[in-house]
Amino acid sequence: MDFLTIVQILDSTVRLATPLLLACLAGLWSERAGIFDIGLEGKMLAAAFFSAAIAFTTGSVWLGLFAGIVASVFLSGLHGVASITFRGNQLISGVAINFLAAGLTVVIAQTWFQQGGRTPQLATESRFGNIVLPGAETRIRDIAQQGPLGQVYSELISGHSILVYVALLMVPLTWFLLYRTRFGLRLRAVGENPAAVDTAGVSVVGLRYAAVVICGVLCGLAGAYLATALNAGFVKDMSAGRGFIALAALIFAKWRPWYALSACLLFGLFDAIGNRYQNIQLGEFIVPVQFMQALPYILVVIVLAGLVGKAIPPRAGGEPYVKER
Amino acid sequence: MTAHAIELKGISKAFGPVQANRNISMSVAKGTIHGIVGENGAGKSTLMSILYGFYKADRGEIWIDGKLTPIPDSQAAIRAGIGMVHQHFKLVENFTVVENVILGAEDGALLRPSIAKARRLLTELSEEYGLKVDPDAMIEDLSVGHQQRVEILKQLYRHADILILDEPTGVLTPAEADQLFRILERLKEEGKTIILITHKLREIMEITDTVSVMRRGEMTNTVKTADTSPAELAEMMVGRKVLLEVDKAPATPGDVVLKVDKLRVVRGGVERLKGVSLEIRRGEILGIAGVAGNGQTELLQVLGGMIPAQGGTVTLHNEPLDVTGKHSNGQTRRARGIGHVPEDRQTEGLIMAYEAWENVAFGYHQDPKYNTGLLMNNAAIKDDCADKMARYDVRPPNPRLPARNFSGGNQQKIVVAREMDRAPDLLLVGQPTRGVDIGAIEFIHKQIIALRDQGKAILLVSVELDEIMGLSDRIAVMFDGRIMGERLPSETNENELGLLMAGVTQGAA
Repeated sequence: MDFLTIVQILDSTVRLATPLLLACLAGLWSERAGIFDIGLEGKMLAAAFFSAAIAFTTGSVWLGLFAGIVASVFLSGLHGVASITFRGNQLISGVAINFLAAGLTVVIAQTWFQQGGRTPQLATESRFGNIVLPGAETRIRDIAQQGPLGQVYSELISGHSILVYVALLMVPLTWFLLYRTRFGLRLRAVGENPAAVDTAGVSVVGLRYAAVVICGVLCGLAGAYLATALNAGFVKDMSAGRGFIALAALIFAKWRPWYALSACLLFGLFDAIGNRYQNIQLGEFIVPVQFMQALPYILVVIVLAGLVGKAIPPRAGGEPYVKER
Repeated sequence: MTAHAIELKGISKAFGPVQANRNISMSVAKGTIHGIVGENGAGKSTLMSILYGFYKADRGEIWIDGKLTPIPDSQAAIRAGIGMVHQHFKLVENFTVVENVILGAEDGALLRPSIAKARRLLTELSEEYGLKVDPDAMIEDLSVGHQQRVEILKQLYRHADILILDEPTGVLTPAEADQLFRILERLKEEGKTIILITHKLREIMEITDTVSVMRRGEMTNTVKTADTSPAELAEMMVGRKVLLEVDKAPATPGDVVLKVDKLRVVRGGVERLKGVSLEIRRGEILGIAGVAGNGQTELLQVLGGMIPAQGGTVTLHNEPLDVTGKHSNGQTRRARGIGHVPEDRQTEGLIMAYEAWENVAFGYHQDPKYNTGLLMNNAAIKDDCADKMARYDVRPPNPRLPARNFSGGNQQKIVVAREMDRAPDLLLVGQPTRGVDIGAIEFIHKQIIALRDQGKAILLVSVELDEIMGLSDRIAVMFDGRIMGERLPSETNENELGLLMAGVTQGAA
């Protein structure tokens, strides 16, 4: 395996980890405020559809992105109303959102485009293109000519869509907001002991809605990335369980932003390896392609089985806050 | 004469048909400690919640420092200089002390300057008032006493001049409670006004300047502490004369009923009982004293057949009693003549949604008198329940009322009636009077003594030292899963027991 191959696998890792990372951070914001959210999947799916549909009809990928975020925030708000205002069961609300998104996207897609529940292929100008950083090569023949540093720069660092860089920037931003600001302190407190926040004279409901909206925006970015950057258009169920893998990554990361980056990159790496090596030969035995493609999901099972050590979720997670005397 | 720190004028508050506070007026002079006593449900908490902005009064005015001050929410209370230390602390367990202190009172959007300022102020405050706490310690690593200090510091940091403390000593050891009182006195010297809500009359006598008594939503009396006595206060609270001291004849212990030898229990990877041995004889009450969470709960649960033990033996009347969990459960225990009034009546003693008569039958379903061949004889159970309710003074005496609709004291009487009426050879009693009002306490204590006088053995677990001292014929103190020592009530005092409860043995002290 030459050096360039490794760089290419890492490049693909970053692309595949991006939607996971955005969804994982979305979950992090919500769960840190005490709202469990298994509806990440549904929100991503809805955002993917609306971003592709609007990008196709208007020709503007930015309007598409905006539509995707609006759709996702709308579903987030629904989850918020159910679980914050009406103190409903957060798991049930999340499941409902997943079903709603899975069904509605296909039905609306069929009504609008009559292409069997998908959007038409997006033209290059209605997608997020790859940003070429100054001095970077784009053609693989030219990159192969470069030295190792040049290859890393051109292949791995340069040449991603803007959403990839946004996702990576979200990690330090999330960390900073959570751990260095008043807003973050209160938000974390609300996920641990909302009564402490309430008696301090700060609105528990306000903080939780803020968290849910941030969650919606990040899920919107994740969905839009799937449909308008990673792929060219929406197809049925295109989120493919990424919302759930993001939840696993969140547990793996113990609800911390930097760990979330590592966890998502790890899941992304397995995805990339699975895509690249369809058949690995180990002596006489050929590892079947299905196994390689199942790798990220197998990893999820292992993570969720608790082999990664004890992960303590925010203590007030999943509990509606009822004011007591 | 200076203005009153707090003046309440005609406060009324109703929840539906229940009048929680009725036309309450009260004034507290600046720089004093004012006690509020009353039975459960007398309206103390409601009144303080109104003062702290949790509830809005239906009628009435709140005056702070001589100014009319409406308090619609907690923020207004904080602005008016009112701080509240709740019975259950409102702290974020995995935050540091400093983070908890600034939460909600940060100076700006960024944390760093607030934390630096808070750390400086905390050092000053802790020196000024003797409230020593490490600002960077995690709350979950602190003892309960220190967590309470953090709560007080939190209020001082918000410039509270009026401190409300709701049952502050419930979770403290006697030594910690003493420290708290010294802090409160210090705060008073500095001109702070303190309102202390408690049901422990001894504390009222020890620390307050004035005391108000509440009964059934009304404030019945306000007196100078120096001019009253615990007996008089108790009478004002209940509305009739109450026996505070338990009246009992000396014990005449007979044969050994229960013998526990080197009992070990491991729960959740933690050794809760580390080799507990004890004996109880006929006609004897063994009291187990200790701060909650030192293994008393597990001891009761093993003996009651609720959880298995990992080692040790137990015999009842010299016959082995299974503690491995194979044959031990509530029913086999009852068949052997063991009654159990569990510590937490709401989760272990009763099913709150079930009606009283259903609760009265629990554990005794197999009793022939409750059954007619294949089916249960519900009418017989209801009759039996009505009979028990009459004899144990359960109010209202209605077998068809769900358990949750009874007050704490009456719920406890239902459990007590079920477990004690069959006169078990061994009675396990955990926290018999937790959250029970004074009148009911007196009744339950009398029942326990009466059972002892019938020659039964009783194991009493309580975190209330007064109760242990008053009822027990022998006292064993538990600390960290071990029995630290045994004392006779006549030959010991609260100080000695308090030290044992904190794990200090005579030699080390």
